[in-house]
Amino acid sequence: MTAATPLLEISNLSAKVGGKNVLHGLSLTVNAGEVHAIMGPNGSGKSTLAYVLAGRPGYEITGGGVKFQGRDLLTMEPEERARAGMFLGFQYPVEIPGVNNVYLLKAAVNAKRKATGQPEVDAYEFLQLVRGKMKLMQMDESFLSRGVNEGFSGGEKKRNEILQMLVLEPALAVLDETDSGLDIDALKVVARGVNSLRAADRGVLLITHYQRLLDHIVPDQVHVLARGRIARSGDKSLAHELEKRGYDWVLEVA
Amino acid sequence: MSTEPIDALLGKSYRHGFITDIDSDTLPPGLDEDVVRFISRKKREPAFMTEWRLKAYRHWLTMREPHWAKLRVNKIDYQSISYFSAPKRDPNAPKSLAEVDPKLLATYEKLGVPLHERARLAGVAVDAVFDSVSVATTFKERLAEAGVIFCSFSDAVQNHPALIEKYLGTVVPHTDNFFAGLNAAVFSDGSFVYVPPGVRCPMELSTYFRINAKNTGQFERTLIIAAPGSHVSYLEGCTAPMRDENQLHAAVVELIAEDDAEIKYSTVQNWYPGDENGLGGIYNFVTKRGECRGRNSKIAWTQVETGSAITWKYPSCVLRGENSVGEFYSVATTNNYQQADTGTKMIHIGANTKSTIVSKGISAGHGQNSYRGLVKILPSAHGARNFTQCDSLLMGPNCGAHTFPYIETRNPSATVEHEASTSKISEDQLFYCLQRGIEEEDAVNMIVNGFCKSVLKELPMEFAVEAQNLLAVSLEGAVG
Repeated sequence: MTAATPLLEISNLSAKVGGKNVLHGLSLTVNAGEVHAIMGPNGSGKSTLAYVLAGRPGYEITGGGVKFQGRDLLTMEPEERARAGMFLGFQYPVEIPGVNNVYLLKAAVNAKRKATGQPEVDAYEFLQLVRGKMKLMQMDESFLSRGVNEGFSGGEKKRNEILQMLVLEPALAVLDETDSGLDIDALKVVARGVNSLRAADRGVLLITHYQRLLDHIVPDQVHVLARGRIARSGDKSLAHELEKRGYDWVLEVA
Repeated sequence: MSTEPIDALLGKSYRHGFITDIDSDTLPPGLDEDVVRFISRKKREPAFMTEWRLKAYRHWLTMREPHWAKLRVNKIDYQSISYFSAPKRDPNAPKSLAEVDPKLLATYEKLGVPLHERARLAGVAVDAVFDSVSVATTFKERLAEAGVIFCSFSDAVQNHPALIEKYLGTVVPHTDNFFAGLNAAVFSDGSFVYVPPGVRCPMELSTYFRINAKNTGQFERTLIIAAPGSHVSYLEGCTAPMRDENQLHAAVVELIAEDDAEIKYSTVQNWYPGDENGLGGIYNFVTKRGECRGRNSKIAWTQVETGSAITWKYPSCVLRGENSVGEFYSVATTNNYQQADTGTKMIHIGANTKSTIVSKGISAGHGQNSYRGLVKILPSAHGARNFTQCDSLLMGPNCGAHTFPYIETRNPSATVEHEASTSKISEDQLFYCLQRGIEEEDAVNMIVNGFCKSVLKELPMEFAVEAQNLLAVSLEGAVG
């Protein structure tokens, strides 16, 4: 990958799920160091885009392509994509009863290390690292030994997603409505977590309904997704405009 | 119900291992009183044992195979089984590891069984394949110091006949059920444990350490007696699959806990489950029961059942002593065409008796998994309490999970709670793990182990790790 290679390059992507065409020739480029926000009305294809990028089974690609760090993303297995640095923060994180939160985290870190020929992470160092990140996310240490998302509140689940992201340090984080269901304090904590990951060699794709998240995580670009493609792009002022005028005017123009 | 395949297999496997010019150590197939007498004589048993076996045999003739379980069982021809065959003389046993089925060896490797152990487990007919003799010796010395008797059932009959006569069949009488009756008549060997009053057994007892433990055959019998105030933990079975092509296993286990005594009995059962198409595999019809005879006594059963084509077992507790406690923790997996009908019986007789049942059933492939449990509170059991939790996990569209709880309460002061759930390994859970970079197989294992956690934590530590590996092996290929 040369400096000029975009982190993520989606070209003319079309996809369907459950027999229904959802993405219609979507194109989007995210360069390293950038934060892009994707907004749009319900059913515009935001979550589909996230799942297609992560490789969820059941989503059929009907056209176009995606390059991630210059590699053909769509031929990679979901776990390969993850190890290559693609992280999806789920809109509805699933509960896995009986599996310790810290156990899953460690398995994820070691899977990535194994793929790059590194030895398993040192247990003590790992715990120190995780504790540090938990502090940032204002999570109690007891969350480590609880089952993955088991009995967590909506806000706790979202914090846990960001915690996992911070530990895994992905090249590209796709955050699917991480802000939904968060009160303002939790929103700030989540934003702090995401901002702490911002770096010249990373990118973030924020999928959100609301402008308020973007007050705390200031994006480089804002895109409006409508009817399965990018209907409009702009800087952060576009988000304010959407807040004021709603999505209809974009749809009309598109 | 087809009657053909198992007959053929039974006949085949038994004739297979047969010596044509009859060796004095081997009997031809068939069962009658002479066979029972032969076995008893061969084992140089005292007269009371011979009589006990004959009584059992005569009663067995009047009994019928039980068919109430949710199992499809091919007809078993009891006259085609050879009821006595001396161990270590199998002429068809592999002579070296090179002759052992590579698939089996691959499984051992995955389980992390040490090399010298693999040969022993695969039944390689070499006497000195394992070098644990010194281990066994140290072990025996330490037990002797504590006064614990731990030996084969045959040795116990020779050396401790009074204990055998006093306790044998007092928990599982020969009249109990068809398979227990058959076992009483023809059992070949097994284990015997006696822990004297006030003694805490200094180590986990395991068949692993008992020399010749593996060649005890289809009809094992185990008797464990914990005298007042004593404590013992017993591990049965081995986590590596024993590739025993013999079809029927009908074992009996009896536990007796006197006042303030505690017995913890852990099983990891991994008999040959049959192949991917459901051909072959062990029919495991086992009667296990413990009696909390004394006050404040406790018996805990923990089982991880991953093997056998058919599993029919209900490790039970008779809670006779006041304040006695019975526990049953179970994980049963069925993959391919395996069937399991397993659970427990908790019989509350004494006042303030307490029982806990935690059952986790995992079905994959075409496996059928039933929990069957009885909680019975007798009128004398004032203040008795039971808690039951049974959860089923389904993997794939072709398997089945069933729950048959029976509750009989005849004392109004009793408390009985029952919780049950059935769930599927969801694509959501799996995808979540994959998205974190975890391999699919590891993800499935992680989810399954999470599901079984409350049972696995009851196993002794080193056993728990092996049990986890075993779950992974037995569910291999179940998803994907």
